[in-house]
Amino acid sequence: MSDSRSRVMQRDAPRTIARNGGRPSEQPNERAPAGMLSRLSGAIVEQVRRQIPKADLHERDPDYLRDNLPWLWLLASFYFRAEVRGLERIPPRGPVLLVGNHSGGNMAPDTFIFVLAFSSYFGVERRFFQLAHNLVLALPPLRHLRKGGTIAASWENARRALDSGSALLVYPGGDYEVHRPSWESSKIDFGGRKGFVELAIDKRVPVVPVVAIGGQETSLFLSRGERLATLLRLDRLLRLKVLPISIALPWGLNVGDLAGHIPLPAKITLQVLEPIDLQAEFGDQPDADEVHEEIVGRMQRTLEGLAAERRLPVVG
Amino acid sequence: MRVEKRTTVDAPIGQVWAFIARPENYESFMEGITSWEVQGEQRTGLGARYATRMKVGSAEIGGMIEIVEFDEPYEIAWTSVLGIDQRGRWRLHERDGGGTNVTLRLGYHTEGGLLGAIAERLAAPIVGTNLRRSLEELRRRVEHSARIVMR
Repeated sequence: MSDSRSRVMQRDAPRTIARNGGRPSEQPNERAPAGMLSRLSGAIVEQVRRQIPKADLHERDPDYLRDNLPWLWLLASFYFRAEVRGLERIPPRGPVLLVGNHSGGNMAPDTFIFVLAFSSYFGVERRFFQLAHNLVLALPPLRHLRKGGTIAASWENARRALDSGSALLVYPGGDYEVHRPSWESSKIDFGGRKGFVELAIDKRVPVVPVVAIGGQETSLFLSRGERLATLLRLDRLLRLKVLPISIALPWGLNVGDLAGHIPLPAKITLQVLEPIDLQAEFGDQPDADEVHEEIVGRMQRTLEGLAAERRLPVVG
Repeated sequence: MRVEKRTTVDAPIGQVWAFIARPENYESFMEGITSWEVQGEQRTGLGARYATRMKVGSAEIGGMIEIVEFDEPYEIAWTSVLGIDQRGRWRLHERDGGGTNVTLRLGYHTEGGLLGAIAERLAAPIVGTNLRRSLEELRRRVEHSARIVMR
């Protein structure tokens, strides 16, 4: 690519990273060349959209989970030496919004460990869904995750899951938080995304924070690569605000993490916090900013406590 | 996979029976059991149901069990109604010289083909340790109360 061309791309790319609740940026891109680049963008976006499955809550199959729990248990118990505390705090029935911090790049172990823990504790029969980035479910090898209760992250899907009386796990920080540098391991960073608070207020469901540590030690995460993502227009095309750079097995230098990596066997600890009844704690019309700040604050204090317990990286 | 552990308790069979028939004892003496809640009106005996949870490795495995044999003071057996497939059994036997032989068995089965079979096998030592420690605690507590009765 010539210098002049790359300068054009830089100039056209949005200068700020959208942190608006995971919704696509609404900045008009008036200066985009109307040529091949935008046609190509349109084609890619259309392809990806076509691949995103519509959420059908009945695709979740308890027997699929029953078949898969043993190997998840093996991986969690012997590879990650996972410890999950406080599951008894989760209301035993009814809809609940579980809010987690997300760590470990595209091979984030906290998700499957929590799915294992929740399904073992309450039984595979309890309806439980997890919101995932659209791209995750668009990838053919990962489509089977739908049987385990994974649905594409959208307002409609989230509302539908809670309306059906299910537990719903969300990671507000998503791709932004999961690729944070390893030295920010003990930082809750939702990137300002507050959609989950609005969802909980709207649906009047309890929020149960789930704090995890250890994921950021499964590789050496160096940078989110936000500038690189913007430069390549990935935020517009694929809702990817990052193009992470890490040192990971078996690649060495790992740019993008699109093919995943082999996570190091870091000890993973999860702590479930007390449920928060938003209306009881913050009044009938809770202020989303205040609620967000309070929830992030509680999670941050818990994460710092978990970090203080760790003596060595990876070993735990 | 079935795991079995045995012990001998220096107490009459009736006292051992009285201890294991009481559901409220289970959370405190069974190693790894994090909850053992009576479901419904019936607290003990044939047909009683309990919601149980046992910590095995990284998972706290929940389920509901039902008492399917209740032969006082010799045998209690249960089977799972919900959760992981499992069967358990207590067997009590009076020793000639006094005391009671106690056997505790737990059989379980996981789905998931080969990996399920590996998981079953790797869980066995953890389950075995839990059962052994549970029997040690049972022996300690029943013998302790038997000494108090004798005094």
